[in-house]
This record gives sequence, C-alpha cells and structure tokens, in this order.
Amino acid sequence: MKTMNVVGRRVPMHDAAAKITGQAQFTDDLTLPGMLFGKMVRSTVPHARIVSIDTSAARALPGVKGILTGQDIPDRVYGIVPKAKDEHALARDKVRYIGDEVAAVVAVDQETADEAARLVIVLYDELPAVFDPLDAIKEGAPLVHDHVPNNTSAQIRKEFGDLARGFAESDYVFEDSFYSQAVNHAPMEPHAALASYDALNGDFTIWTATQIPYFLKRNLATTMGVPENKVRVIKPKVGGGFGQKIDMYSKDFCACWFARELGRPVKFVYDREEVFQCTRQRHPMYITVKTGVDKEGKILAQEIVAHADGGAYNSTAPLMITLSCFFVMIPYRIENLVYEGYHVYTNKPVGGAMRGHGIPQPRFAIERQIDLIAERIGVDAVEMRLKNAIHAHDEHPAGFIINTCGFAESVQTAADAIGWEEKRGKLPFGRGVGLAGAAFPSGVANMNNLASASVVQLMREGRVNVLSGAADIGQGAETVICQIVAEQVGVPMEDVHITAADTGLCPLDAGTFGSGVTVRAGNAAMAAANDVRAQLFDFVAGELDVTPDELDAADRRVFVRAEPGRGISLSDALHQYQYSGRPLPIVGRGSWVPPSTSPTTLLTENGNLSPNYSFMTQAAEVDIDLETGKVRVVKMLTAHDCGQPINPMLVEGQLEGSIMGGMGQALY
Amino acid sequence: MATERRILQLNVNGDDYEVVCASNTTLLEALREKALLTGTKRGCDLGACGACTVLMDGEAILSCVTLAVDAVDSEIRTIEGISEGGELSPLQQSFVDHGALQCGFCSPGFVMSATELLAENPSPTRAEIQRRLAGNLCRCTGYVKIVEAVEAVAATAEGGAA
Repeated sequence: MKTMNVVGRRVPMHDAAAKITGQAQFTDDLTLPGMLFGKMVRSTVPHARIVSIDTSAARALPGVKGILTGQDIPDRVYGIVPKAKDEHALARDKVRYIGDEVAAVVAVDQETADEAARLVIVLYDELPAVFDPLDAIKEGAPLVHDHVPNNTSAQIRKEFGDLARGFAESDYVFEDSFYSQAVNHAPMEPHAALASYDALNGDFTIWTATQIPYFLKRNLATTMGVPENKVRVIKPKVGGGFGQKIDMYSKDFCACWFARELGRPVKFVYDREEVFQCTRQRHPMYITVKTGVDKEGKILAQEIVAHADGGAYNSTAPLMITLSCFFVMIPYRIENLVYEGYHVYTNKPVGGAMRGHGIPQPRFAIERQIDLIAERIGVDAVEMRLKNAIHAHDEHPAGFIINTCGFAESVQTAADAIGWEEKRGKLPFGRGVGLAGAAFPSGVANMNNLASASVVQLMREGRVNVLSGAADIGQGAETVICQIVAEQVGVPMEDVHITAADTGLCPLDAGTFGSGVTVRAGNAAMAAANDVRAQLFDFVAGELDVTPDELDAADRRVFVRAEPGRGISLSDALHQYQYSGRPLPIVGRGSWVPPSTSPTTLLTENGNLSPNYSFMTQAAEVDIDLETGKVRVVKMLTAHDCGQPINPMLVEGQLEGSIMGGMGQALY
Repeated sequence: MATERRILQLNVNGDDYEVVCASNTTLLEALREKALLTGTKRGCDLGACGACTVLMDGEAILSCVTLAVDAVDSEIRTIEGISEGGELSPLQQSFVDHGALQCGFCSPGFVMSATELLAENPSPTRAEIQRRLAGNLCRCTGYVKIVEAVEAVAATAEGGAA
C-alpha cells in the first residue's frame, strides 16, 4: 500500500486557530447593517385549537416592526423527508405541543422582540392531549393530526426466515420489555438564523446553523414560494448538531419571510429552553424483544416490536423507523427475524435524528436481553455475542452488502481490554463490568439526492482551493476533505483552502448525517483532486518524457515514481504550464453517488442501505454507590472497526465525544 | 416600559469601550452586542454552561449572569485578549495540537477557565484541572483531550521549560 503524507496523519483542524481564538464566526456572531431581531411566540398548552391571536398590544410597542401568524403564511408544509412533510413554520389552526410556534415577532432589538412576544395574546380551545405512544395508538385516542388514524404516521414490518419454526426449535424463548427515554442533543450553539433579501433580484441569503444546507434550500424555496435558485444558504461555523440541526425550523422560514417583508436583515436565535423543548430529541421508545436460543446461546429466532414516541411532528419518522428496523439485523446474524415498528404522534416535543438515529434504542434492548439470557441459561455473555456475530460476506436478511466486518474482533478486543475474564461477576458487590455491541452505516444511500460534488482549483502560485458542499458542524469534515485533496495533489495541508456549505458557490451535497460525510463528500473531493492531478500529470509527463501513469506527486513536487530524483517542482510545473498557453487555474471536478443498486425506500423494499458499515463494541467498568445509587464510570473503552482513519485524532474525538453522549443517555 | 439606559465605560483587554446599557444588561450582552467582541459565546444565558466565561480582575466569571454595570471598575479579559499579537498562547496551542476542540463553541470559555487556573497554579494535577473545568460544558469532545491539553501545558510549566 502506498505511503501517504497527509491522509492518516493527526492533523489539527484547519480552522482550529480561528476557533480557539474566538475569531470563528457562528450565526449569532454575525451582524448586518439595519439588522432586526426576532422572537417566537410559542404554545403554552399541549393540544388546542387556536381561537384567536391578539397582536394589538405587541404591535403598539415602540420598536416592533412586524408580527406574523400562521394565517398570514401560505399553506405549504415542510420536512426533511419529502414524503413525510407535516410542519408549518407557524401553527395555522391547531397547536400540538407546548412550544409549538404560534406567531413570530420582529423588532429593533432583542429585548423589544422578547417583550412584544410576551404581549401577544393567544386564545386556545384546549383539546384532550396524549403523552404516551401506547396510549396514542388506542382506539378513541385524541388525534394529534386529524388525518392520521391511530396517530401512527410511519410503520414498518419486516419478516425474514420462519419465526414460528425458529421459536419451535429453540431450547428457550424469552420475552422482555424495555423503555428508552428521551434525550436532547444539546449542542452548545443554540439554533440561529440570519436572513437578508435583495429586493431588486428577489434573492434570499440565509446564514443558518444547519447540517443540511441543500435540503434546507429546497424546503425554504418551497415554503416561500420562490425558485430554488433564489435561495442561497450559507452555513457559518456550527456549534455542534448531533442530528438536531438536520431539520428546517421556524426561525429559518421566519427570518426569510421578514427579511423580504421588511427589507431588512432579520436574525432569530433560540434560547436554551427552546433548544431543549422546541427543536428535536432522541425518540423515546418502547421495545419488546422475544428471543429464542439453543442451549449454547445461539439465537434461532427474534421478534422485536417497537413503538417510538415521535412527538408532535414527523421530522425523520419513516427513515428513523427504517434504520431502527434494519440495524437489528446487524451486528448479529439471525436467520428468523421479525421487526415491527411504529412511529406514533403524541403531544410532546418532536423526535428527530440523533447520533445513531433510531438504532441505539433497540440496540440497548437487545444487548440488555443478551446479558439477561446469558445469565438465565448459564452462558458467557461475550461468548454468546461471538457465537452470533455477523462476519464479512455473510448474507444479511434484508440485503445489506457487508464487505468488511470487524465485529467479532471488536467484541474480543473490548472484552480483553476491560478484563472480562478476571472481572465479570467476580468484583465486589456494587462494582462490575459490562459490554455491548453495535453497528452503523457509513453513508446512508437509500434516498435520492444523496450525491456530493466538489471542485478543486490549482492556482498559479500553487494554492489549492476546494469547493465542497459538505457541512462541517464541528466534527472536522472540512479538515478531512483538505487532507484528501492535499494527498492527491501532492501538497502540504497549509496549501489547501476550503470554501464549503455555501449553496450559492459550492456544488451539491447531501448534508451531514448517517456518518456519511467523509464517504460522500470525501470521495467527491478525491475525484475532483484526481481530475486536477490527471491534468497536471498529463502536462508534466510531456516535459519529463514519461507517461502520466509513471508520475507521482508529494511535497509540492511532481516526480517519476520509480526514480523520485527525476521530477519538477509544482511551482516550476505551473509556471511552464502557464507559458505553454494552457488555461489556469487547473480546475478539477468530481462527484460521488452511492452505488445505484439501492432501492429508493427501504420502508417497503429491501436492499443495501449503505456503501459501508462500521462495527463496534463498547465496554465499561462502573462502581455504584450503594447508598445513593449513583453510578461512577471507572473505565470506558470502545473497540471500533472504523476502516481507514483519514485523521486518527479526529476519529478519537468522535469516539470520545459519543462515549460521553452515551453515558449521558445511560446514566441520567 | 422603556428601561432607562446609560453609558457605561468598560475596560476590555486593555481597551476602553463606551457602551449604552440598561440596568439589566448583562456583561455578555455588553461584550457581544455592544462591543462586538463575539468570541465570548452565549450557550445557555443561565449560568450553566460556561461558554460565556471571561476574566474579571483575573477571576473567571460567567458573563451571562454578571451585570455590565458591575464590571465598570474592573479589568475584563476576553478570549480576544488571550492571543494578542497573533500568537496563540501556549494553552491555546496545546488545545489545537491535542485536538481538544471540535465545533469550537465552548472553546473560548474553556480557555478562559484554564487560563485562570494556570495563572493561579502553573502545575495543577489532573484532578485539579477536572475540578476547575467542571463548570464548562462541551458536547463534542468528551473532555478527554481538553484535560490532556491543559495537563500538557501544566507539565511544561512543572519542567521549567518555556
């Protein structure tokens, strides 16, 4: 394998200095001349018809510039999943949870906007509300959306093998029920948007804290009733997302609406309470797992029934429940399997994508049950996991193509590292070790428009400019893309400059979700860099009297691979390139789409969801205070089959960060 | 209901700023919205997350729960005052080298808290670092690399090297 100079190195983030000095600009750090400030008026009741909205007192407040209610805006719904759109920026006739947007106010400063929002009087006709998905599916339960029977907005049922036969052949069958609670992503940066409008050309520009600039552009264009090319979405630095910034929010729509109506830039920033209550959360889920095993712990059949509490709107509902379903089929190989899942509306905060997206809930239930079963039948829980582990090239019931799989190794590595043999069941009362396995896609592929594209420009002075649609939300996507480009063009990182996630300048990208940015945008950038490389080599080959495929590039030099002393500096090459009459900069283009064999929806079909899969086992040693019940994590480790790390330091950062997030979910 | 406003003089990073503030204007608002020093972040506005940490007469405080009027006779130091002259402080460089930041939103607050700690105690133990940074929240890094970054600077101080 070729030695690499930049890829695989522990390179600091390209924007680390800007961030650590406070110069990095997040949406709320931006100020435009004449900027106005917005505030949402939110529902104070969980379920009600809106009788009237009295804005007169708010309008009379000096400094108030505009007030908008649901009756003032077009009846156009939005949502991240095209077939599941069910949200209006402002409630039109009914509110569905405490925090639902009822009106928006804009004023000369934030204090005035806040005060005006308090002065808006909303009269509600309260309706019976429902707060639990198991209640919400009952006959006669209040309907959160009048047209959705049983409050069930998405459902999936997949059956593989012969479940009845599997249970009949089992030595033991166990059924256990679990509940996984709501979790908030709590990114450090509250959600914000700043919009401006060019009245002459009808162009909107919005700077917004988002993970999905291009999906947002489409949703904004649709709801504002303008062509997509009239909306330019720019993602400044984003202070964490973890899935919560995958959705369009009212602030995005309202900032654009008021910018056009008032002819002045408008900024909306949610406060921390709004982030917790009115954005997204990990779906609470009821899960029942029925598992049949033989005496050695081999799983012969498994049936899973899940009810997700979706809250008041869909967000990613069909995708979430699909992921939840398909990922019970890895990392274990189970021949006879049924998954039945429901996404259920309730009058609660909205569920959405969050790190793992629908998968940690059933995974928690299944892993917990494996431990219970191992104990009940007297089998070691690590051995049971190894016995059932899926391996590379194993047939996956729903058609996943698993080319590489380090799951079994991850179980063994984690078990050894935590001291499973010596410690499991052998530590003093109140102290113990445990582990659990999981699998995740790297780049969801089963929806349309998931292409990524990139442009790379090699400038006369050797500077490399990258245009990418990738949305870096703090994970380091831009850095990884720069590393890939630097490697292919043969220059150090410092020569590579990236402009990303500006829909007006940068080519299409799917966005940041499904652990897929490096796969999608990274491959697109590599293709664009290789295009530059090919044009450069084509020219240099003539100068050196060799063929292009004999050449290589590194350290700002192009040289003959077999004879590294024979070469030319990049600077000289570009000089000669220019004087040979060729056009500069050298521009490369590249795009990447997931393999096209995938069906467009796995809700009703089967197929390969992702171009790659990752596998992992996490192990912990914990100590429980026997008086207070407080759990102290003594040690936590993860063994993760992550493929080729482009930047090991960033990979560690992702793993350490998600360990901490998982601890938050497990312990609090 | 218009609140009475007056002009306050704030000394921030050695510079004087005249800012128009109401009696309930917080120091965070004065810094971000009046002085346009946006390196100090608003994460919660409740004194819970530490993103707004600044130094007031050398002491790390939460600017979102400090009134601007109470900062008038003090020397305020913000993240913009840490890397003057375009040079990263050794602590900032350590954060960069250790990958102790991801999204960067909490980073200014962490730098301020750790700067205060190192000024008081150039070679704190791991436990002392963890205790002092307990008021700063980070949702990206899992804290491991942040503690390592501060520890590395502390170890340098201990060894007597620059």
